[in-house]
Amino acid sequence: MTRKEKRSTLQGLLFIAPWMVGFLALNLYPFCASVWFSLCDYSVLSQPVYLGIRNFQNLIHDPVFWKALTNTLLFAAVSIPLSTIVSIGLAVLLNQPAGAQGFFRTLFFLPCLVPAISLAILWQWMLNGQMGLVNMALRPGLDFLNNLFGCTLRAPDWLNDPSWALWGLVLTGLWGTGQAMVIYLAGLQEIPAELYEAATLDGTSAWQRFLHVTLPMLSPVIFFNVLMGLIGALQTFAVPYILTGGGDGPGRSLLFLATYIYQNAFDFWNMGYASALALVLFLMIAILTLTAVHFGEKKVHYEGR
Amino acid sequence: MKYSPHPLLTSTVALILLGLGWQGCSAGKPKGQAPVVLEYWEKWTGFEREAMARLVDEFNSSQNRIFVRFLSVSRIDQKMMLATAGGVPPDVVGLWDVNLPSYAENNALLPLDRLAREAGLREKDYLPVFWKLCHYRGHQWALPSTPSVVALHWNKKMFREAGLDPERPPRTLAELESFNEKITRKNSDGSLAQIGHMPQEPGWWMPDFPSWFGGASWDGGPHLLLDSPSNRAFFQWLQSYPARFGGSELFKLRGGFGTFASPDNPFFQGKVAMILQGVWMDNFIRQYAPEGFSYGVAPFPESTPHPEAPLTIAQTDILVIPTGTRHPREAMEFISFVQQQKHMESLCMAQRKLSPLAKVSDDFYRRHPHPYLREFQRLSQSPRAQPTLCLPTMREYSNDLIIYSNLVLLGRMNGEQARREMAARQQKSLTAKLDRWERVSAVRTAVWDQELRP
Repeated sequence: MTRKEKRSTLQGLLFIAPWMVGFLALNLYPFCASVWFSLCDYSVLSQPVYLGIRNFQNLIHDPVFWKALTNTLLFAAVSIPLSTIVSIGLAVLLNQPAGAQGFFRTLFFLPCLVPAISLAILWQWMLNGQMGLVNMALRPGLDFLNNLFGCTLRAPDWLNDPSWALWGLVLTGLWGTGQAMVIYLAGLQEIPAELYEAATLDGTSAWQRFLHVTLPMLSPVIFFNVLMGLIGALQTFAVPYILTGGGDGPGRSLLFLATYIYQNAFDFWNMGYASALALVLFLMIAILTLTAVHFGEKKVHYEGR
Repeated sequence: MKYSPHPLLTSTVALILLGLGWQGCSAGKPKGQAPVVLEYWEKWTGFEREAMARLVDEFNSSQNRIFVRFLSVSRIDQKMMLATAGGVPPDVVGLWDVNLPSYAENNALLPLDRLAREAGLREKDYLPVFWKLCHYRGHQWALPSTPSVVALHWNKKMFREAGLDPERPPRTLAELESFNEKITRKNSDGSLAQIGHMPQEPGWWMPDFPSWFGGASWDGGPHLLLDSPSNRAFFQWLQSYPARFGGSELFKLRGGFGTFASPDNPFFQGKVAMILQGVWMDNFIRQYAPEGFSYGVAPFPESTPHPEAPLTIAQTDILVIPTGTRHPREAMEFISFVQQQKHMESLCMAQRKLSPLAKVSDDFYRRHPHPYLREFQRLSQSPRAQPTLCLPTMREYSNDLIIYSNLVLLGRMNGEQARREMAARQQKSLTAKLDRWERVSAVRTAVWDQELRP
């Protein structure tokens, strides 16, 4: 290596040093420490005591872990497809040449600017079983059905009923679809107009154009959003934590893995067990992401390839 | 075995403290020649904080060797844990009594036996129940700041409207439920308009409720007593609520309740007629209840009444000195200042609470604005005044109890099934914590004994 090359390498290292220091101190060290703590009984205030794999054995026999895992996966399985459909639908609508296009785009994006904590507090009231706006909107329809069929349908008590709480959260999640919608909108505008013209000349319907032109051309964006959505859904914490007032929701129906990790680490002082849970969550996200990348890429249409 | 904190944790906490210190500096600077500066973290806000701030100012101006820097800190239990783990704890912290077992067992607190003895603070100066709340595993860890006991509060107007004598509270749990039925009103659609009593409003003493059914929930050692007749009766009692009022109706009614510290509090709003509450409730009634609101206070009814020695649950906010503090003696000097009768009474009066001291001045009774102070003071002196349940696994226990009791109250789970499931989970959790304690107890006890040597 010449003197110039050495100097250049040194300069390069110097430039990446702040990031490297941050990465080593704030990511790699905590990660390695967490792996070690997952094998220990550790209360934060005392020295960790090595337990081997006992935390992982306890985890397998812990029904609350399974409940949190089920809730997390169920939430991801429902909220990701739903928010994808809603945000693509909105993006397609807002991509139509119509008046006040900019106004509506801003309007649908605005809720994303609301911080998660404020959003949760707002939805606490929206989903209130007695005086919430959601139930106020539902009641006339339910009354109509009750009168028509003589049934006794009642608006759900979203946040107090174990059967409805998770669906209430899914509804809350739709509030933030504006973020994905903007990305889809950018993707839609990248689709060449000639493709639509050619398809129209071939006599295709609007639905066929959407199915055979829009979706394939949008597939890299869909793939990106679904991947990000998956990682985000598996780490859900702030909104259900606030919605339940820091608790688990009725019958633990709003307890997610991230919340259970937080509880064990900072409320119950079981940092070792929390680390084991965090490691499981990390592995789960890694496996699901890699699986999605492996299978998804085959279905994604990249224009440049 | 000496615990050395992680360097990363230490530096993170140091940065946070630097930030807090910067804010604290703006509150006021020590005067005179380089006094020892004590960091005092307290959980209180609002008028409760102001009351302690005045006492801190009085202490600071009473001498020039020690300056107490007073900070109001949210989620204080978690922040103290992190600061102590990082090796940079504050000098004095205002915690809750329920924090004691877990903090003591994890070596987060300095045993105060010797320091308290040297400061002349003696058991006979305190009401037994509050002195007891400051002790765990044979050592003293804290001194009380402002205490409370709980009692039944009832809305006299709602009693009158239900045809009940507004001056005659229920004396047994059976009577409470009979009053409950009389007071409860339903709307035309079957929903509840108001209720006499519901266990989950406010539900803050769920872990202590079995006491009113005649028994405890922990033997103080390795066993939880969730299989006891009192716990069985408690869960059966919970189960009777959805059967009588409808589970979802109970929760819908509760869903409409406003915030505790607001005019929308269901007790002031006439939504719930009888609640279990602490001595501080009067202050909120004064601030938020509608004009002319009239209420009474009496011992919460038991399954079997003992009028000569009523049952109550005692709690106290506490002052502790964390392990690793740089100025334990000065910290104790400040705590001793707070414990003096004059100062304690001024603090408790400003916070509308009772005094934890055995001796109470006539002036305290005369000037105290609480109309039922003597009733609360009588309850705190009762031989059956019990310390609130303080388990080493208190957070897990409370969390589980809320979940299971809500499932029972909602009518989604049988009381017996809930009790059994909770007993199994919580016994396992307690055993794990006690195993952790067994591993370190010899070392901990040796360190504490070392601390106690003159």
